[in-house]
Amino acid sequence: MNRVFLFLPLAIFLVLGVYFGLGLREDPSAIPSQMIDRPLPVFDLPGIADGEPGLASTDLAGHVSLLNVFGSWCPPCEIEHPMLMQISRSGRVPIYGVDWRDRPGDGAVWLARHGNPYQRAGDDAQGRVAIDLGITGAPESFLVDREGRVRFHHVGIIDETVWRDVLLPRIEALEAE
Amino acid sequence: MIAELGQFALILAFVVALFQSVAIFAGLRTGDAVVHGFARTGAIAQFVLVLAAFACLTALFAMSDFTALVVAENSHTDKPFLYKLTGVWGNHEGSMLLWVLILTAYTAALAWSAKPVEARLISLTFAVQSLITAAFTAFLLFTSNPFARLWPGPENGQDLNPLLQDPGLASHPPMLYAGYVGFSITFSFALAALIDGRVDARWARIVRPWALAAWTFLTIGIALGASWAYYELGWGGWWAWDPVENASLMPWLAGTAFIHSLRVMEKRDTLKAWSILLALLTFALSMAGTFLVRSGVLTSVHAFAVDPERGVFILAILIALIGGSLLIYGLRAGLLKPTGVFSAISRESTLLINNLVLVVACGLVFFGTFYPLFITTVSDETVTIGAPFYNNTFNPFIGALLVLVPISGLLAWKRGRLMPVLKDLAPAAIAALAGGLAAFWIADRGLLAGALGTALAIWIALGVLIDLAKRFKLFQIEFKASLARAARLPLGIWGMAVAHFGVAVVVFAITGVSAWKQETSAFLMPGQHLDIRQLTLTLDDVEQIEGPNYVAERGYLTARRDQQVVSNLTAERRLYPVRGMATTESAIHARLTGDIYVTIGQPNPDRGWPVFVYIYPFAIWLWIGSGILGLGGLLSISDRGRRALAVRKQPREAQARPEPAE
Repeated sequence: MNRVFLFLPLAIFLVLGVYFGLGLREDPSAIPSQMIDRPLPVFDLPGIADGEPGLASTDLAGHVSLLNVFGSWCPPCEIEHPMLMQISRSGRVPIYGVDWRDRPGDGAVWLARHGNPYQRAGDDAQGRVAIDLGITGAPESFLVDREGRVRFHHVGIIDETVWRDVLLPRIEALEAE
Repeated sequence: MIAELGQFALILAFVVALFQSVAIFAGLRTGDAVVHGFARTGAIAQFVLVLAAFACLTALFAMSDFTALVVAENSHTDKPFLYKLTGVWGNHEGSMLLWVLILTAYTAALAWSAKPVEARLISLTFAVQSLITAAFTAFLLFTSNPFARLWPGPENGQDLNPLLQDPGLASHPPMLYAGYVGFSITFSFALAALIDGRVDARWARIVRPWALAAWTFLTIGIALGASWAYYELGWGGWWAWDPVENASLMPWLAGTAFIHSLRVMEKRDTLKAWSILLALLTFALSMAGTFLVRSGVLTSVHAFAVDPERGVFILAILIALIGGSLLIYGLRAGLLKPTGVFSAISRESTLLINNLVLVVACGLVFFGTFYPLFITTVSDETVTIGAPFYNNTFNPFIGALLVLVPISGLLAWKRGRLMPVLKDLAPAAIAALAGGLAAFWIADRGLLAGALGTALAIWIALGVLIDLAKRFKLFQIEFKASLARAARLPLGIWGMAVAHFGVAVVVFAITGVSAWKQETSAFLMPGQHLDIRQLTLTLDDVEQIEGPNYVAERGYLTARRDQQVVSNLTAERRLYPVRGMATTESAIHARLTGDIYVTIGQPNPDRGWPVFVYIYPFAIWLWIGSGILGLGGLLSISDRGRRALAVRKQPREAQARPEPAE
């Protein structure tokens, strides 16, 4: 009995190992989005602070745009943020933000501190819009065409490479349509 | 050329480590004495080779050679020279190289110092240590090569993340790594003891300084990390329970349990299998801490997809090392029979409680860190576990444990009596009660947490002092005689007292910073002011300034109390154009009674600058207390122990040993 007991740490560790292995195999960016080629869900979110404009799905119509889901609680968003600022400054494509599941005011404070790359940002405190968009974690981003349809879904951080090799060519293609 | 030289040195280090490990394991079977000599030389060779590789990488950064990929991605010609150097470990590849460098430095230190240890034990230890080195140099070479080239090299680099351009980064990762990696030595010793099938008080004596050194480095490293977060991140948080912080806390908790159980083992020759398990666990958590965080599995599942190959490699190493060691533990730990017995009321039993509570607390942190990841893996839900979880589970556990600290110190080994101890501690209990009540009434908000924290801090601090006074027989015998007793007191006891006193200081500081903090914020135009407590803060002026690789807005503020100027503060908001990142440089007026902490944000043309003001009572004592903790560790390391290592010959225990001795 006692001898068996000594293998307990190993057993616990193996269970954990299997679960980490599973977590590793899971490649979130490989999950096909159900949203592709479908119109954006209809939403009208309030602004992230009093007096700030909100974000409605109609705001994204008429031009190609990048919709980015973020949260002040999300460390990878902080890593992604400088790239968004760079895109925003380049003026290549308008960026809209969905502030996902933040406590009231936190999103605004976060943007005040790190800079605001968004044309408009909406407060999705309940996460309703995120559910409609099929978000599995932040940050995630969508390319939306002129008709307001989702054309591309990027899961994870937008960095230099993603921007240059993945998003920019697609934006050019969408604009040429 | 330099990059290729570094590459070459690293490959050689890998080959030496691998060869050494295999040779020792094989050599021990045949009982070849040459193996023992090679173990030492090989250890030093590994260190020299990795040091050479590290020097090459440093040179690449110093010369801003942008044909080296890491340099191009993490440096810039305009960056201050100091940060070019610290940039060496401000990125994944470089920090992994630093990790391996410290690992081999420990191995080399062991080779220098471990003369008196039995040849078989030390050789086995070197074999395990080299195996670890081989695994991680392989990881570097195959998935995170710091010497990868970039042709053609760009004109300039992408600069280091400005958050990392801080003196805190210069010292914090090396310190933390020295802590994490230090536990590799105790891990290797534990595994060697298991393979050998024998462990005793002498083993505990050999391992203790290594465990204490690692623990001290880790303590200081965590404190530096917390202070970096406090000063640099600009939101005044010193601890946020985020995965990276938890990753350093878990080995610290396990390591703290380990150094306490080692004490029992050295004194009383019991808790053997348990101590060995803690040694394995502590380094397992250290590795998991460094690598799961580094690979990104923790902060986000997403980051993993960026480079799954790296993740698979790391996971394979972790499973082989941790799983392998736990397998050996399962097979061999049954051989480790304790000889000491102890009753329910004794110092041993309080230390056992200490161990159990620390391990449970460690488990809680583990759960809080990994559960959200687990949920995202098995379902589409996301959960976040934050401070409330830890406040309700971790804090009460640790609080209850800390109540035991003074009692444990006064209880006798083997069989103690509780009543005399409680009588001795009565003054501390009364003072704690009075202090708690006072805190309850005086503090702005009658917070229970504040009162409890204050009472706990007073209880521990006075308890430690009473313990010391008893050992000196202070006021019972002549003062001079007491002094003489104090001078004769073993350094280990001093170390314990000082460290526990440090705990009291840290508890008090945490109470102040978290229970009594105040914050406010407002948009201010120059000339406007805001009020917090009895203070009035005026934004006098904001000016644009230009730094070496950034531009900044600098806000000048004055804090006044009753029209009297308390402090002049300058807070900055810096923009680093190369990365397009902004950082806040907080203005902190630190006093012993508390900090005034001010940051400014991005201005709004109509409303002015957002000014955030925090009052953190007793914040400075966090760092002072951590320093005292570290000092306690240092004192204990210096204790040579009653049994000098070199002279004592250990009688062989009658135990089943499958292999012949050398």
